[in-house]
Amino acid sequence: MTMARASANQKPDKAYPDRRDMLRGLAAGIGLTIAPGVTLYALGGAAEAKAPGDRVTSKVRWGMLIDVNECADGCTECVTACSKENGWADTGNPRTDAQWIRKVTVSDPKTGATQSLPMMCQHCAEPPCVDVCPTGASFKRADGIVLVDKHICIGCRYCMLACPYGARSFIHEPLEDQKPHAPRGKGTVESCTLCVHRVDEDRAPACVEACPAEDGGAMLFGDLNDPASEISKRIAKYATRQIRDDLGTDPGVRYQNL
Amino acid sequence: MARIVYKEIGGGVGFFGLFALLALFILTGLASAWYMEHHGHIVTGMTNQIVWGTPHVFAVFLIVTASGVLNIASVGSVFGRTPYKPMARLSGLLAIAFLIGGLAVLVLDLGRPERLIVAMTTYNFKSIFAWNIILYTGFIVVVAAYLFVQMERTMNGYIGALGWFAFIWRLVLTTGTGSIFGWLVARQAYDAAVMAPLFIAMSLSFGLSAFLLVILTAYGFSGRPLGDQILNRLGRLLGIFVAVVLYFTALQHLTNLYASEHAGVERFFLLEGGVYTQLFWIVQVFLGGLVPLALLYAPQIGATRKRITLASALVIIGGLAQIYVIIIGGQAYPLILFPGMEVQSSFFDGVVGVYSPSLPEIGLGGGGVALALAIGVLGMKVLRILPESLDDALIDPHHAPVQAAKT
Repeated sequence: MTMARASANQKPDKAYPDRRDMLRGLAAGIGLTIAPGVTLYALGGAAEAKAPGDRVTSKVRWGMLIDVNECADGCTECVTACSKENGWADTGNPRTDAQWIRKVTVSDPKTGATQSLPMMCQHCAEPPCVDVCPTGASFKRADGIVLVDKHICIGCRYCMLACPYGARSFIHEPLEDQKPHAPRGKGTVESCTLCVHRVDEDRAPACVEACPAEDGGAMLFGDLNDPASEISKRIAKYATRQIRDDLGTDPGVRYQNL
Repeated sequence: MARIVYKEIGGGVGFFGLFALLALFILTGLASAWYMEHHGHIVTGMTNQIVWGTPHVFAVFLIVTASGVLNIASVGSVFGRTPYKPMARLSGLLAIAFLIGGLAVLVLDLGRPERLIVAMTTYNFKSIFAWNIILYTGFIVVVAAYLFVQMERTMNGYIGALGWFAFIWRLVLTTGTGSIFGWLVARQAYDAAVMAPLFIAMSLSFGLSAFLLVILTAYGFSGRPLGDQILNRLGRLLGIFVAVVLYFTALQHLTNLYASEHAGVERFFLLEGGVYTQLFWIVQVFLGGLVPLALLYAPQIGATRKRITLASALVIIGGLAQIYVIIIGGQAYPLILFPGMEVQSSFFDGVVGVYSPSLPEIGLGGGGVALALAIGVLGMKVLRILPESLDDALIDPHHAPVQAAKT
């Protein structure tokens, strides 16, 4: 089973049975013994999950579908989960604190209709942040995840000016106790990584997993390139929106019932 | 034209006093940068909404001025205006000085300034910012070569060719600086092709003002002759540049006003933007545009030097206000996430950004200005940059002495 078919509706424990972990461990063991990398590919048929050392492929494009009708006003479980997972937090300085994901309330001034939705890096196919980054620190992985290379980010913040979604934060203060899987550093820019460390382990992002909405949550994660994935089926069946689609950035995050 | 003699400026008490004062500002700038880097940008007025603050205002102002100050040399070498030629060396020196001052501020405001080497070696060629790094460093090299062929008598034959090259380079450079904003599709205040020609016009205006203030000060301090006619000539040219900036500014806002999509951002800048609206109308347009125009084109107002000094100073103050409005006002106006809808969040979506300049930011910006001036002063001290005389009769072949005309 691929990650593509592992939607947010399936809790990770159910989606990835122990058998897979066992197979992967076995494959890794053999790979290490015989020929690292080569053997892992060879066993890909049995366990298609990306193993450490495997190249990220453009065959998949990770994306997310958010059902705004299911997203409760006032609920911030996704925000809390992201903060906990990636180690960013409210330090009492709201204007300078990092926020990888936030809840945005949208209301129509003419009708009064109001909705609430999570907003984070939209993982655009044509990301303006990547275009403007002078050093290439802002980059898009082959599988569509937009990231910041913390080693070559010079902290110029031009990407923050270029992002149409206000998705990026600059680290204004020294940091301590970072999560090993989510390195952060004063003077660099950061944003939602789509929980790349989890995705690479065939797990869904923390926000998706934490969403308490009924019927499996308001957030669905999966492979937009796989027509058989739950997310592809849903966006083929229902009308969805990409935020600021007029800008042509083709976000990987889509919103339903917005 | 009589032979122009270039001579280093003296090393009197006034010179060393000025240099000490500039050194003090430079040290303040360095201390500010160290403080910001040590504590992080939390000690500045910058936030996640206003990511570029006062240092960028100074840096962009200095860089724009650098390309404009070279115009004096270009008018001489490229457009063949003889009276400008004696001032070409100073023009080149100041261009390099202002650019270094601006770049120093830009680099020291980075989150990771020690990674400058990364910026110099790792390029994303789709980024106008990356192109600007090449354009800025290239500008220093090109103008240094231009200056060298002017000062080395045996190389004078290359002045024309290098003058053209430097002229084209500076036009591309300022286009690049304007396009840092012009090519930002996400922001209502930017995303406009007019930014590039607007920045070129601004560079001509700010650069000439800075040049005028430098020669008025340098010749005043050193007691060297500086003719009224050449000053008037430069003053009239400045008037044209000030008018062109006003023209492009009007074009920028009228184009936006025509599209209802941009009505919000225009209402913000022109009517309801508080400090940004005041800076726009009072400082940028009135004090930095209309008043200098009156001063430059109405000789009955007062003595030439006073009018031109005041006009130049006002253009620079108006210029700083204009860049402040563009950079900080442009960020303060909130991103449009959902056109036509109202938004709110913990990240200040839909809210006008709050920003006030902090002392370290002003210290760093001021340090950059001081660095630019110090390089200029030092250059004039050690190199033969400044003509011994810029007397009208000496530099202008068409000069007709007022006395002679009367008789």
